Amino acid sequence: MRSIFTFKGGVHPPTHKSESTQSAIMQAATPSKLVIPLHQHAGIRSKPIVQIGERVLKGQIIGRPEGRLSAAVHASSSGIVSAIDLQLVAHHSGLPDLCITLIPDGKDEWIGHSGVDYKQTPHTELRHLLRLAGVVGLGGAVFPSDIKAYSNKHKIKTMVLNGAECEPYITCDDMLMRERADDILRGAELLRELLYADEIIIGIEDNKPEAIAAMRQSLGNGKHQHMEVISVPTVYPSGGAKQLIRILTGIEVAAGVRSTEKGVQCFNVATAYSAWRAIAHGEPLLSRIVTITGNVEQAQNFDVLLGTPVDELIAQAGLKPDTERYIMGGPMMGVDLPSASVGVTKATNCIIAASPVLFPPPPLELPCIRCTRCADVCPAELQPQDLFWFAKANNFGKAQDFHLFDCIECGACAYVCPSHIPLVQYYRYAKSEISAREQESQAAELARERHEYRQFRIEREKLEKAEKLAQKEKASQATKVATPTVPTTPDDEDASIQRRIEAALARAKEQAAANKPKNTEELTPQQKAEIAEIDARRAKAHELVSSGEKAE
Amino acid sequence: MITALFVMIAIALFLGAVLGYSAIKFKVQGNPLVDKIDAVLPQTQCGQCGYPGCKPYATAIAAGEAEINKCPPGGEEGIHKLAELLGREFVPFGEGAAPKAKSVAFIDENTCIGCTLCIQACPVDAIVGAAKQMHTVIARECTGCELCLAPCPVDCIIMLPIQENITNWKWRYPVFNIQAAA
Repeated sequence: MRSIFTFKGGVHPPTHKSESTQSAIMQAATPSKLVIPLHQHAGIRSKPIVQIGERVLKGQIIGRPEGRLSAAVHASSSGIVSAIDLQLVAHHSGLPDLCITLIPDGKDEWIGHSGVDYKQTPHTELRHLLRLAGVVGLGGAVFPSDIKAYSNKHKIKTMVLNGAECEPYITCDDMLMRERADDILRGAELLRELLYADEIIIGIEDNKPEAIAAMRQSLGNGKHQHMEVISVPTVYPSGGAKQLIRILTGIEVAAGVRSTEKGVQCFNVATAYSAWRAIAHGEPLLSRIVTITGNVEQAQNFDVLLGTPVDELIAQAGLKPDTERYIMGGPMMGVDLPSASVGVTKATNCIIAASPVLFPPPPLELPCIRCTRCADVCPAELQPQDLFWFAKANNFGKAQDFHLFDCIECGACAYVCPSHIPLVQYYRYAKSEISAREQESQAAELARERHEYRQFRIEREKLEKAEKLAQKEKASQATKVATPTVPTTPDDEDASIQRRIEAALARAKEQAAANKPKNTEELTPQQKAEIAEIDARRAKAHELVSSGEKAE
Repeated sequence: MITALFVMIAIALFLGAVLGYSAIKFKVQGNPLVDKIDAVLPQTQCGQCGYPGCKPYATAIAAGEAEINKCPPGGEEGIHKLAELLGREFVPFGEGAAPKAKSVAFIDENTCIGCTLCIQACPVDAIVGAAKQMHTVIARECTGCELCLAPCPVDCIIMLPIQENITNWKWRYPVFNIQAAA
């Protein structure tokens, strides 16, 4: 039996998990439309590669990954592309982003797909397949898995499979482990192969005994070596990657250090599952398990096509009337949805229908009394009360000195704050201000470089021109010296100038004769008459002018 | 007594030689204060300060010839930073020198005649094009200095304010409505 460790801090909010674990995962009905955002992963937004009006098949790539850090986006069902435009998405900003709207035709017709045997396939190809299958971390960070499943600089000793699911209300990983444990373990084997990891530790919070039992039973069939399911104590946020690594291995991943540098990599259980479906069955990431809970008749987990509008999904669980808003994710770290019509994305693990009874409006913010309860519960071992102080005063340099960027925004500090200060909002504000400033200063640095180079170039061109001129001068002087000119009298010079003028006049006449105007032939009588009239006028004018001159 | 005198003279000569040598060897090129000021300035190279670029303005500030409130693109925050750096008092912007919203130049390609005048005016080489060819602005490199607007003979360049979108969106400062106590 392995000994487990603890991390500092953490809180114990009411879990509210039993509501949604009473029934098995249900297949959600195909919705009337699918709103599929093209930016469902960390990194660069995918590029749409379909046309409006085009019919697409289930599993067809509709968004091509752009750049290194990106993942493909697929049609979740067969149907017609009805729009490619800006739509509201599940984002804190409430701003729209590029989405592809698909009207399913109900046939659910698959594109041709087949799996590969991962043991017979080169790793680079497997990673490419993961990228094309759009497999990203389903724990919430949606980081492309093909990049995580690669480590050439550091030997990965331990692969941690994260089934902790510490946030209240969310039970999608719990149900997935209960019902699809075999595929999760197969996926874990696949990821271990890609990482050349020695052992796999699966961490599950002890408030999910059924999931632990199912995973252990699946493990007990003897197919998996050096793999262990560990029950970890229930404490929020044990599901944070660094926190779970600390609990399971005792390794503390320091600030600014990646866990791979310590020989540990962490994947969510649902990621392992979808990686297995992608490689062994050729099924890209088209659906995920979503917990529908809160103010609904029957809280439950659904297997949902990506892009399903939240309102259509939640209707299947029976929405109660006094719902005022929807939270995507858990109550601690979730996003308030800007609209109930946004599509489910790869990051959507849970939708909570919130009513004033379940989630009363936050009490008034009171001044910080520096009780340091927040510091007691902070899992990143920061000093939240100081960070709050600096963020509130816009003292960003100081906030960075106090390691603001190590904050994982888990919300434990705000949960225990007796003054009800929305601490995480202050940290997020400070973080985004600092990032924006950094970007600005980078842009300024670039502008300075470009400006300086431009000045250098102008200077260089000037020099080159001057040099050329000097050389020309030199050359002409040299020819002058080589052909000594006959000394000429002023009279001779005058004569030669006269001669040159005459020659030039003769040349001009010749040219005029050669280039007759081309529009003077085949004129109508009317045009000829007009020309004659104009000529006459011109002659008259000339006459007038010359007579005037004479008069003077 | 005389020995001590000689010892002191020897030490003085030695130290003098060391100081004299290091004054030549480690001479600081240029004015480091100018670089520090230049680092605070936003590098738009717009010339709104009356100097032909950020570096000349920095030099003028360092020489005490210019006020620190002549840089609208740097915003009030820029003035605060300069004031802190130089130990001067904060000076608000003068009349008509208020900072504008950040924007980038945009060339209406239907109207552009390909005269290259804007290319020559751009201080950061952010416009591409050639004679009698269509020109276009590299939005990412554009500092929004507006120097290309004046030389354009067909007025085909406009400044587009940068819109807030999902990638450049920033978290707001938490503000809560004050409610009357029941």
